[in-house]
Amino acid sequence: MSSRFDARSRSVLGLADDALIASHRLSEWVARAPQLEEDIALANVALDLLGQARLLLAHAGQMQVPALNEDQLAYERPIEEFRNAVMLERPNGDFAATMARMLLFSAYQYQLYSALSGCADPELAAIAGKAVKEVEYHRDHAAGWVVRLGDGTEESHQRMQSGLDAEWPGFTRLFVDWIRDDVIAAGQAIFPPWLREPVVHWLEPVLERATLVRPEITQVREPGIREPGRNGAHTDDLIDILAQMREVRAAHPGASW
Amino acid sequence: MVSPGVSAGLADVRQRIAAVPDPELPMLSIADLGILRTIEEVDGTIEVVITPTYAGCPAMEAIRADIEAAAEPARVVVRTVLAPPWSSDDITEAGRRALAAHGIAPPGPAAPVGLTLAVRCPQCGSVETRELSRFAAAACRSLRVCTTCAEPFDAFKAH
Repeated sequence: MSSRFDARSRSVLGLADDALIASHRLSEWVARAPQLEEDIALANVALDLLGQARLLLAHAGQMQVPALNEDQLAYERPIEEFRNAVMLERPNGDFAATMARMLLFSAYQYQLYSALSGCADPELAAIAGKAVKEVEYHRDHAAGWVVRLGDGTEESHQRMQSGLDAEWPGFTRLFVDWIRDDVIAAGQAIFPPWLREPVVHWLEPVLERATLVRPEITQVREPGIREPGRNGAHTDDLIDILAQMREVRAAHPGASW
Repeated sequence: MVSPGVSAGLADVRQRIAAVPDPELPMLSIADLGILRTIEEVDGTIEVVITPTYAGCPAMEAIRADIEAAAEPARVVVRTVLAPPWSSDDITEAGRRALAAHGIAPPGPAAPVGLTLAVRCPQCGSVETRELSRFAAAACRSLRVCTTCAEPFDAFKAH
């Protein structure tokens, strides 16, 4: 799909939009989480992800001529220019599924940001170096819940396994290659398939402690397997997210706060 | 060339900026929290460099405004940098004492997640404390309880 953003900008928008959309879904848990402490935890994780999204959007905006700011990119970009993975759009349901998503996504983000913290784009490397410390904490938090629920009662185990099974297909598509070769060759992005082995290697003992069955891993280099969100093809769930995210902005155009 | 008068003025501005309190932890100055990186005069402009504790820290804009207000009538440019990332190891000794005096356990050395060292209760000094919640009132804090005196308290996360 053609885009007004070049390949390098699109690769940064992918990182930014993943964080932005994941943050929005987590923020929907506020006042609905199973415990007060968890309510605060989910809001804190959402805030960390929003902070990362803001920095990444600002960075992508600086690459444009004329430059765009983070608000223009978050509030005014057409949906087909969003580059987030569709697994992050899916509506919330069971708390166990949210924990499965946080575990899988933060394990992926951890390896991605670790690799990017040494990349050839100094601003991106600085953002990644900052963010990696935050997502390590998210990953640890999610792992605690996944083990507790997976190795808990019969019902919590069954719901944790269902959550993992539901999130897994989208998770495997995070490792599908979608970034143009020259951006990776220039050291400005990470080749997604490289991340799969270290991420799964980290996940395995957690799933084992949680007594969960690891679903099959799709061979992400097989032709035909695509992550549609990386090409701007999204589900109706993203329409709903953006409508809610933009509601105040739409009611008060040009307002700042 | 900088005249002696201007230098003396800069030292004064420097002192006022370093003393700006953190909005969420007002017992700590931004210098004690370790988020104030440098204050330098470049071509007649005073440039203040700060760094966030967490990427999503909502206090950054307030801190920027507080720095500008503290510097008045001098005009300053406040710039935010991310690298090297802030660490709780950047909190000064004076900052750690101020945290403890206000009932917030200061952080131990930043270590990989999971390797938390004993956290001392800021009320009774016991090291018999346990984590209640990994997240608390601000991104930089967790919630603990002392098993000796039974008081709950906030702890600054080692980060």
